[in-house]
Amino acid sequence: MDNSLLRVENLTVAFDGFTVLDRLSIALQPRATRVIIGPNGAGKSTLLDAIIGRVAPVSGRILFRGHNLTGMPEHEIALLGICRKFQTPGVLDNLTLYDNLCLAARRAKQWWQTLGCRLDPAERETVRATLDLIGLDDKRDRPARELAHGEKQWLEIGMVVASGAELLLLDEPAAGMTHHEVETTAAIIRRLAGSRSFLVIDHDMGFVEMLAAPVSVLHMGRLLSEGTIAAVRSDPQVAAVYLGRSHGMANAYA
Amino acid sequence: MGRGEKRLWLALLGLLLAAPLYLSAYHLSLLGRFLALGLAALGIALIWGQGGMLSLGQGVFFGLGGYALAMHLKLVALKPGELPDFMEWTGLASLPWWWAPFRSGVFALGAVLAVPTLAAGVLGRLVFPKRVGGVYFALLTQALALAFSTFLISQQAYTGGFNGLTNFVSVFGLSVQSGGFQLGLYWASLLFLVGCLALARWLLARPFGRILQAIGVSENRLRFLGYDPARYKLVAFALAGGMAGIGGALFTLHAGVISPAMVGVVPSIEMVVWAAVGGRESLIGAVIGALLVNFCKDWISSLFPDLWLYAMGSLFIVVVTVLPRGLAGLSLKPAALASLLARLRRDSAKATAPAAEGRCEPTRAA
Repeated sequence: MDNSLLRVENLTVAFDGFTVLDRLSIALQPRATRVIIGPNGAGKSTLLDAIIGRVAPVSGRILFRGHNLTGMPEHEIALLGICRKFQTPGVLDNLTLYDNLCLAARRAKQWWQTLGCRLDPAERETVRATLDLIGLDDKRDRPARELAHGEKQWLEIGMVVASGAELLLLDEPAAGMTHHEVETTAAIIRRLAGSRSFLVIDHDMGFVEMLAAPVSVLHMGRLLSEGTIAAVRSDPQVAAVYLGRSHGMANAYA
Repeated sequence: MGRGEKRLWLALLGLLLAAPLYLSAYHLSLLGRFLALGLAALGIALIWGQGGMLSLGQGVFFGLGGYALAMHLKLVALKPGELPDFMEWTGLASLPWWWAPFRSGVFALGAVLAVPTLAAGVLGRLVFPKRVGGVYFALLTQALALAFSTFLISQQAYTGGFNGLTNFVSVFGLSVQSGGFQLGLYWASLLFLVGCLALARWLLARPFGRILQAIGVSENRLRFLGYDPARYKLVAFALAGGMAGIGGALFTLHAGVISPAMVGVVPSIEMVVWAAVGGRESLIGAVIGALLVNFCKDWISSLFPDLWLYAMGSLFIVVVTVLPRGLAGLSLKPAALASLLARLRRDSAKATAPAAEGRCEPTRAA
């Protein structure tokens, strides 16, 4: 009996004949955290794009709690309980931080339901708890555009969390952050780990280490290696892929 | 809403309510006419200023409302067995079936509300789920305005062609010449404008408004939070269409005529200019923009008939370059004025800098 929350089966995605994901299979258990690393162009973001319905696969299936997601409209996939944080912060710049979280936490999402009252008590509690979690309570009434880059990243993580989704996809949540901010971000995710499922993409090996979660390495659209961060690091294949491509990553291994 | 803004609203409402006391009959009728146009600008502020949908075809919905009422006014002026004048000229033997229901005033009033709203709704239903937005949406709506006015001109036997529908005699039993009618029309225009403003403000104060504003900047983010932006856009667009339609019907009563020249490409763009000048992000700003621009138009074109289009073009350029948020973005606080002056100075410095460089070049070459 298959009890995985997310099951990607033989997923192939191609753009203009160029294969980005090549018969990729990956499964994620409920309340598990998985980190996906890989060099640029490995297909990490494309995998998330395919899960949320932004790109259509050539072949293969994506099952979420048994529902086949392929071909579903984006907002319906989101309603099933999948929410993504984008690589460049996708916060709603012209709304306040508080309103950003309210829109994420609201469960009544049909237009006529948004003519009525504001959030119900449970949703308000979610927003309050999320503000607490991301540590931005003092800036709740500021427009999101006024936030610093790191704060925007946290806000978007908060929106993903407040959405109540069961599967949270985080695309480079620590990108462009200072070391201290990276630590805070890792702490936020660790606090939630075990209550939701996380699929986290990142380049920063230090950050990946802080998450203390199983790692999958993608390369040229395929799964290259899987295991703990230590096991993956000592895998000569992985080292070759990174060393052959970028000195930055080579330093990360040093 | 800040206290300053609230005061502005109340002051403006007071001025408009008292207008029959201090305005001549001529100016009161102008003001009433411009209030009707303000309805179209209000709709644009809602869809463009909030939802980011730039429609260059609001004239279509304005026209649908205007023609729906004008058809009724043409029919009530007839004796039994008569046909509207232009139908007789073009040799039509009997009234087209789709004209017949407009004999009923109730039907016509219903059509004024329903036809533009439904037309905008259907367009939205076709366009928004396909994710047609931005420039493509603007061009599509502009093409629609062109097609609509061309259609009206070409179907002279049914629409009155280039001349449109005119020569109305009475409206709901009141002669259009009577002073009571003119005053009533002013009150009706004000009432509808205030009502639609209140509706739009109420809508924006609801979560619906936040979502519409969010759609204006990041439709995608919203989609991935589980909202279907196409539905929200459709509702707002239909509402704006309905407002333009009411405006068109009121305008037809004020002007005593509705014709293709009032619903085509140029009037549709003018409506956008009103909203831009007043400040598209502010509902009341767009209405004030419609009033100011139209009073200027009346004033300038009576003094220098050829000058108005140039004046409007210049006004638009000034607003886009110096006051992107329109008059509503121009706060009268000293700090805001200072920053505006600084921006003007910086722009002029930017404009002169390359010229100065250009002057140096020959010297360097020599």
